[in-house]
Amino acid sequence: MRIHFKTSYHHDIRLFPDRWTLCVYGALLALAFALPYLIGEFYLGEVTNVLIWAIAGLGLMLLTGQTGQASLGHAAFLAIGCYANTILIEQGVPFIIAFPLAGVITGFVGLLIAIPVLRLHGIYLAIATIALSVLADDIIVLTEHWSGGVSGKFPEMITIFGFEIERWSMPSRFYYLVLVVTIICTLFYRNLLRSPLGRAFAAVRDSEVSATAMGVHIARTKGKAFGLSCMITGWAGALMGYYAGTFNNETFSLVISITLLMMIVIGGLGSIHGAFFGAVVVAFLPQALSILKDNVVGSGVAIPGLETGVFGLILIMFILFEPMGIYGRWLKIRTWFELFPFARKDMFRRQKSYLKTERLR
Amino acid sequence: MEVLQLLVSGLANGCVYGLIALGFVLIYKATEAVNFAQGDFMMIGAFVSLGLTNAEHMNLPFWVAAPLTISIMAVFGYLLDLFVLRHLFGQNQTAVVILTIAMGFVLRFIAGIIWGHEPQTLESPLALGDLHIGGVVLGMADVAIIVVTFLLTWFLYQFFQRTKLGLAMQAASQNQMAAYFMGIPVKRVQGLIWGLSGATAAVAGILFASKGAIDPNAGLLGIKAFAAAVIGGFGSLPGALAGGLIVGVIEPFAARYLAAGYSQIAPYALLLAVLIFRPHGLFSQVRVKKV
Amino acid sequence: MSLLEINNATLKFGGVVAVNDLSFSVEEGEVYAIVGPNGAGKSTAFNLISRFYEPFAGTFTFDGNNLLERDADQVADLGIARTFQNIELFEHATVLQNLLVGRHRHRKTTLLEEMFFTPRVRREEERHREAVEEVIDFLDLQPYRNKMIAGLPYGVRKVVELGRALASKPRLLLLDEPASGLSVEETQDMRWWIDDIRKQMGITVLMVEHDMGLVSGVSDRVLALADGAKLAEGTPAEVQANPAVIEAYLGAGAV
Repeated sequence: MRIHFKTSYHHDIRLFPDRWTLCVYGALLALAFALPYLIGEFYLGEVTNVLIWAIAGLGLMLLTGQTGQASLGHAAFLAIGCYANTILIEQGVPFIIAFPLAGVITGFVGLLIAIPVLRLHGIYLAIATIALSVLADDIIVLTEHWSGGVSGKFPEMITIFGFEIERWSMPSRFYYLVLVVTIICTLFYRNLLRSPLGRAFAAVRDSEVSATAMGVHIARTKGKAFGLSCMITGWAGALMGYYAGTFNNETFSLVISITLLMMIVIGGLGSIHGAFFGAVVVAFLPQALSILKDNVVGSGVAIPGLETGVFGLILIMFILFEPMGIYGRWLKIRTWFELFPFARKDMFRRQKSYLKTERLR
Repeated sequence: MEVLQLLVSGLANGCVYGLIALGFVLIYKATEAVNFAQGDFMMIGAFVSLGLTNAEHMNLPFWVAAPLTISIMAVFGYLLDLFVLRHLFGQNQTAVVILTIAMGFVLRFIAGIIWGHEPQTLESPLALGDLHIGGVVLGMADVAIIVVTFLLTWFLYQFFQRTKLGLAMQAASQNQMAAYFMGIPVKRVQGLIWGLSGATAAVAGILFASKGAIDPNAGLLGIKAFAAAVIGGFGSLPGALAGGLIVGVIEPFAARYLAAGYSQIAPYALLLAVLIFRPHGLFSQVRVKKV
Repeated sequence: MSLLEINNATLKFGGVVAVNDLSFSVEEGEVYAIVGPNGAGKSTAFNLISRFYEPFAGTFTFDGNNLLERDADQVADLGIARTFQNIELFEHATVLQNLLVGRHRHRKTTLLEEMFFTPRVRREEERHREAVEEVIDFLDLQPYRNKMIAGLPYGVRKVVELGRALASKPRLLLLDEPASGLSVEETQDMRWWIDDIRKQMGITVLMVEHDMGLVSGVSDRVLALADGAKLAEGTPAEVQANPAVIEAYLGAGAV
């Protein structure tokens, strides 16, 4: 068990609570940067995929995990980010400007949508965002002139001051690009969490009434959460476009929205780790399943709905037996080892609670 | 005449949406949660009735198979609550939303394994023949759907307004703890309501399968039924039916009179408009938290 | 001029009159208690001051500001903080984070600064932390600093909620039943704290409370309500001796 001796408030504010944690994450970062020299191109591509999903997960986590607003329409914002980035670059805007701008545009669109939508509570919000996700598909078809409609678009090669990056021919460069974006997004997320806005998010999530009494403007705070969440999601969308190599109206479907939400629940709501753990599951589950399927029923047999079905089953198991997700399980295991042999079974027992409606009649 | 024809076919479709929406409302009324798998419940109900009725499967007479299907689905709903949803007792709505979405995925997968992905039709006595009234052609199945839907809505409405159990269900939703202390067996009531919504889904499934082909993805119809439930207001049974009819009628008219591409948007655009301007539906409930 | 002045406040829920033509004023530096049977409109009066409810009629003035011109979230900016009858804490956050939310009205940094966590944000955070630590010391919350609210006992939550309100450095503190559900010892603690809040911190306290022991121990003036209207006002002893109050509490014929 580690004991922290704190000598200034700064110890609680800085990114890593102690030297040990700093070392762990430093080593992780070093490993991430050395990865292209350690594993083959195929797996590097898979890791890139994990990171892109993790960025999207961070985006949704900010909204759902921190602010408590479940969105089933985040694929629409992936799409906006992706199309905004591609169209800007087609118009001759250099990547180094177009990419950040694509996120900012997505954030602003998100903010505009948030103004009417965030007045809604719980399920109404979920349904409104489902409609958004369904509508995004149709709108892409209708705006064929810019979006390419059903035939889709192919993102151009990325050039940053003459330095070329392409997903297929130079996977390690693309990996580094994604890694840098991931680190930046994670830092933004961490910084928000340790500042007044992040606490306002949690306040809105846990009790709107007392948040208001403490001077938090509910609608404005939710709007900020939605905007920031969409901005990060937009960046993930732009990267997803490059990763896929081509995209059209069906790339960012309702299923992607739902997968994204399930992913952060499986990973663990309300934690940065959760987004990454969930992304690992989402990215590697199809591979694992196809290997398993080939061994059991033989290759070449298609089982439609297998991936989503198994994914759904995993999610149900997590909600029933480990509502804190993979991160929650990880915390328990870590605590058990840290306290060994003094850990008790009921240390993480859930409190009994009753639902009390906010409805009057 | 064409307008009338569109209207009638729209009404029949709308009734199917309405029936699924009834399932949403039932569960919302009693547990404050929404069953996002209600459309998939309907799909399972359709397949169960198909499995019991069709010649290549069990080959039971339709009038035996139909009540059997309804009972099977009612038990299915109750067991689902007993083994899955009861674990979430007292947790927030979002958890239930995500859980039921996942359940929908699983149900679709299971249905695909059992019944395959080819569209199939139910050998239903309702599917035979058309009615010609004036120049309007009405499928018998359409007539049956409209009649049954209205009867079921009326029955459920009476159930909630008049019976002790119905009132207990409403009380249980509004304050679980208080209802519990008042001697209402909250958990069992919740199980019963899931059974009831399973039975409703079975009715919807039988009628839907009488009208056309079904496949495991038929449950995605549920998304339109959401639009119906929201437009009607989530807490109101007649509202759900009205919302279903509105969505059902808008669709054929939008397809007929709007440019291609805009017609699919119509129900969702209406949904968003309702959510923005009347956030709690056309038959709304007030929502203020007391401190 | 009084710190808080309420004149002719009226609020109806449907046909029920919750607050009926109620007027009272709270002077700077005093502890003012509102008592009354259940449903007398005590909490409703609080919710009117917090701007959660819109009154039908009446004027609400705080330190010369018209409260009715403010939204519910702007009330805190004026220097009014409150607690709730059924504790409303941020369950999935630590005690420290809860108290830091109390500092929300003192934040000066913008979204962009916070995203990059500039040195200014860091300095501000340290300043907030110092203010919160004062409250933690004052309320003896040190053992719970990094504990999640969800796992805390009721009595501690009650104190944390008081702490969150204090962390905002209010001029007026609204306490909605600060002693309800507390043990005798905890109520005793609460009594000393309310005394100290007034004397050491110079904060005016307006509270709703059932526990007459606590009320007569700390308050300067007491207002008794029944059916949303004023029944009696005066020192604790005066109000307790008032026949109308005794009748409202114990029923007709008790006098």
